Amino acid sequence: MISLIIDGKQVQVEEGKTVLEAAKSIGIDIPTLCHDPRLKPHGSCRICVVEIEGAKSGLTTSCTAPVSEGMNVSTESEKVVNARRDILDLMLANHPLDCMTCQQAGKCTLQDLCYKYDVKESSFKGDKKKFEIDDSNNFYYSDQEKCILCGKCVYVCSELQCTNAINFSERGFDTHIAAPFEEKLETSTCVSCGNCVSVCPVGALVPKSKEKFRYWETKPVRTTCSYCGVGCQMDLLVKYDKVVEVQPAMGPSNEGLLCVKGKFAFNFVNHPDRLKTPLLKKDGEFVEITWDEAYNVIAEKMNSTKENFGPDSIAGLTSARCTNEENYLMQKLMRAVIGTNNADHCARL
Amino acid sequence: MKSIAELEKIQRESLTKVNIRRIKQGKNTIGSEESFNTEDGVRSHVLVCAGTGCTSSKSLEILKKLEKEIEKYNLKDEIKIVKTGCFGFCEAGPIIVVYPEGTFYSHIKVEDVEKITEEHLLNGNIVKDLLFKGSIKEDEIVPINEVDFYKKQKRMALRNCGLINPEDVKEYIALDGYKALAKALSEMTPEEVIEEVKNSGLRGRGGGGFPTGLKWGFTANAVDDEKYVACNADEGDPGAFMDRSILEGDPHSLIEAMAIAGYAVGAELGYVYVRAEYPIAVERLQIAIDQAREIELLGKNIFGTDFNFDMEIRLGAGAFVCGEETALINSIEGKRGMPRPRPPFPANKGIFNKPTLLNNVETYANVPEIILKGAEWFANIGTERSKGTKVFALGGKINNTGLLEVPMGTTLRDVIYEVGGGIPKNKDFKAVQTGGPSGGCIPSDYLDTAIDYDNLIELGSMMGSGGMIVMDEDNCMVDIARFFLDFTVEESCGKCTPCREGTKRMLELLDKITSGEGEMEDIDKLESLANTIKSSSLCGLGQTAPNPVLSTLKYFRHEYEAHVKEKTCPAGNCQDLLTYFITDGCKGCTLCAKACPVNAISGKTKTQHIINTEICIKCGACMEKCPFDAIIKK
Ligand SMILES: Cc1cc2nc3c(=O)[nH]c(=O)nc-3n(C[C@H](O)[C@H](O)[C@H](O)COP(=O)(O)O)c2cc1C
Ligand code: SF4
Ligand code: SF4
Ligand code: SF4
Repeated sequence: MISLIIDGKQVQVEEGKTVLEAAKSIGIDIPTLCHDPRLKPHGSCRICVVEIEGAKSGLTTSCTAPVSEGMNVSTESEKVVNARRDILDLMLANHPLDCMTCQQAGKCTLQDLCYKYDVKESSFKGDKKKFEIDDSNNFYYSDQEKCILCGKCVYVCSELQCTNAINFSERGFDTHIAAPFEEKLETSTCVSCGNCVSVCPVGALVPKSKEKFRYWETKPVRTTCSYCGVGCQMDLLVKYDKVVEVQPAMGPSNEGLLCVKGKFAFNFVNHPDRLKTPLLKKDGEFVEITWDEAYNVIAEKMNSTKENFGPDSIAGLTSARCTNEENYLMQKLMRAVIGTNNADHCARL
Repeated sequence: MKSIAELEKIQRESLTKVNIRRIKQGKNTIGSEESFNTEDGVRSHVLVCAGTGCTSSKSLEILKKLEKEIEKYNLKDEIKIVKTGCFGFCEAGPIIVVYPEGTFYSHIKVEDVEKITEEHLLNGNIVKDLLFKGSIKEDEIVPINEVDFYKKQKRMALRNCGLINPEDVKEYIALDGYKALAKALSEMTPEEVIEEVKNSGLRGRGGGGFPTGLKWGFTANAVDDEKYVACNADEGDPGAFMDRSILEGDPHSLIEAMAIAGYAVGAELGYVYVRAEYPIAVERLQIAIDQAREIELLGKNIFGTDFNFDMEIRLGAGAFVCGEETALINSIEGKRGMPRPRPPFPANKGIFNKPTLLNNVETYANVPEIILKGAEWFANIGTERSKGTKVFALGGKINNTGLLEVPMGTTLRDVIYEVGGGIPKNKDFKAVQTGGPSGGCIPSDYLDTAIDYDNLIELGSMMGSGGMIVMDEDNCMVDIARFFLDFTVEESCGKCTPCREGTKRMLELLDKITSGEGEMEDIDKLESLANTIKSSSLCGLGQTAPNPVLSTLKYFRHEYEAHVKEKTCPAGNCQDLLTYFITDGCKGCTLCAKACPVNAISGKTKTQHIINTEICIKCGACMEKCPFDAIIKK
């Protein structure tokens, strides 16, 4: 264990932890924009700088600095706060200040930090970057004028999603995020998983929303994605009983990632055509019935079919949307209860 | 090569090849008289500089012409032509040196070759008109090494540049080449090699000045199944060309040093990262690597030991930031050249996450000498905390532009006035900028500062890779700062906020000030932003980018204030702040009026003319034309 002092408080953490993690462990929140615990630290945004007593040069980014014995860290000293203000000031100088109409408002880390450090507007008046919005992808927009180049999308796409669809293009002030050769996202290798969208701290990557809403109007409902058996955890953002967006959650099987379906294909939930109860054809017309009624009809038919035509006249077909356990139970039902080996799965078709 | 005896045999055989050149230089460790024997019948060596500078002013054509002439006079058996690397005195190029006299011909053109061949090589009479001017001292012709530019120098890293043919490994071996490697492999343990480098006090010549032996120790101590040594030959500082010159003029010294380093830290592969804009350097280094492989100085079981070592060249695409060590590593791995946070340091996780020793070309070039002559010999040169010599690329307002190597501790004044020959047109010295685009400007008060790592940092500048740009009274310090900022803005990799966004805003503020739009608060803003960028950027590029501004603010704040308060540029440099005037020296010749492209000048013949400043576009055409220097700008 390593002991150090952060803002006057003693803290003990395991060797190899960062100053950021050590601070968090005692409830000190150091602001970050580019940090993501799942990624290799890359120290891009510099907002998490802290002052470490005796450090040779300048300030240190807490997300990349490993703790060491006896370290004395200040996370909100005057020097630190001034640097953070300058960094925010610089970000704002190159950012469209259209927070009023920005979809990300309320969930924007840049906004939150400007609020925290009282940065109302930029003190620099100069060039601003100019980019057209790339709306070619079916599910999300990329607005590079809003990008603060935290790099999270790039690293999530390469290190976690392993698609490597996007990267930094050009350098210096002209740096921006793009697919190779400035190709539109739609024709790039992007698989539309939306994991970049989920991590973008600002409004540069936002879902194409069917609904106008503000994040503070929604409430998250934790659920398990119903599309497949992986069991990804997600938060449905719900406004007045309507799902308006999906955010990945840190479930053990998905660690904050989703696929294109989980992230974007949720509109069926509120679709008027969606089946909510079992239907039974009575006199040539489908009519709604209860689940108990439905189970009874199924059991009756299975029993009579088995009696009249033998167990092999019945087959069980399961779905990739079911869990392993459900699939197991289904084949068990076929073999042990019905008495047939006719069990199969959609993934084999 | 299976044994040291083999190396010694090649050295004995090859010495005759270079002896004519050695006589004046007194370079040898063998020392006995007979080791000065020359090749049978050869009475003269003609060295032609084929460094990048001279090559671009046609030295290769000169070389061809020389070969033809020698053929014409049937002198082939008596006179040997040697194509060398850079002599360092680029101002005097193209350069030809004739040995054994050491005659120094400068500014040679293809047309001059005939004369040199006929008069000097055939008849033995030195061609006085073509001599470098400074080689005539009190009516006597002195050899090249006694010319002022070279006299004060101590050439260690550049020891063979301009002396040997870099494309012939035997010439390198003749001058003790690969002996240090032989010594390290046969007489020293890896630990002893590292100890020797540590004791020498050698510090990194790539900019940071980190103690080289310490770094070797860290890499040696890192535990992994594979390690690498790497050489930083990216040399992105505009105007710097010491690393290029070593690669072009003495590539084997790098190969030898990297092999020694490989032995010391436990690596079997060395990468050299060179920018693709250095085609001659790349070609010569590749030739050298091939030759070293051929005689098995690279490869398996070097000198019959169990040490294996080989090298590969990696080309960079010419981004300044790729000289930063972690960006360089990314680039070698095939990734975008962007710095990584440190720790982990390359010594623990470098190329492909393996422990990697990275040093600069000039740093390596010193190593064979240290191993051969001992740490103590090296540590005796230089200052308390900076040992050995340093190569500088001297440029700007200076008479002797070029590459020079002086002991650490030499004063700025000596470099500028003795070696550099002072400032042209006897103008006043104003400042010297050291350390490349990220260095600072040092004013005349500090001319007597002894150059070493720590003194330069104390003055708000740095050693950097050894760029040294001299400025005179006509240079505007605000504009100089703007010039360097312009470079860093272009070269910022874009990864981190302070550097990517901040340097751009600094440049905009400087633009504002130099165009006369500045306000006093802009100066404060510039200063505070500079401090934030310095303290919070990710890599050395951003951390040092504000230096030119901070140092000029420290020493020349009044110039900034003049631009802002009085809207004038004291050095008469910033166009937007100048007005052109015609003084009473005007004789009314009308030349200026004719030259003015916008007809801003009026006046009758033979009477004083006037410039209408409302119309004047400040192009300066009139000033160039006036035969009486009657037009001034203020
Ligand atoms: C922006 C930047 C550019 C650099 N460029 C070079 C370079 O061109 N050559 C070089 O040797 N070192 C360069 N360095 C320094 C290297 O990062 C590194 O410290 C050096 O190569 C280590 O070798 P040394 O210890 O032998 O000096 C640069 C550093 C920075 C921050
Ligand atoms: S949507 Fe997925 S695949 Fe496409 S760029 Fe973003 S992270 Fe990469
Ligand atoms: S698009 Fe968003 S996530 Fe990607 S670099 Fe820009 S701000 Fe960061
Ligand atoms: S300081 Fe500049 S060059 Fe270095 S990482 Fe940051 S943006 Fe890139």
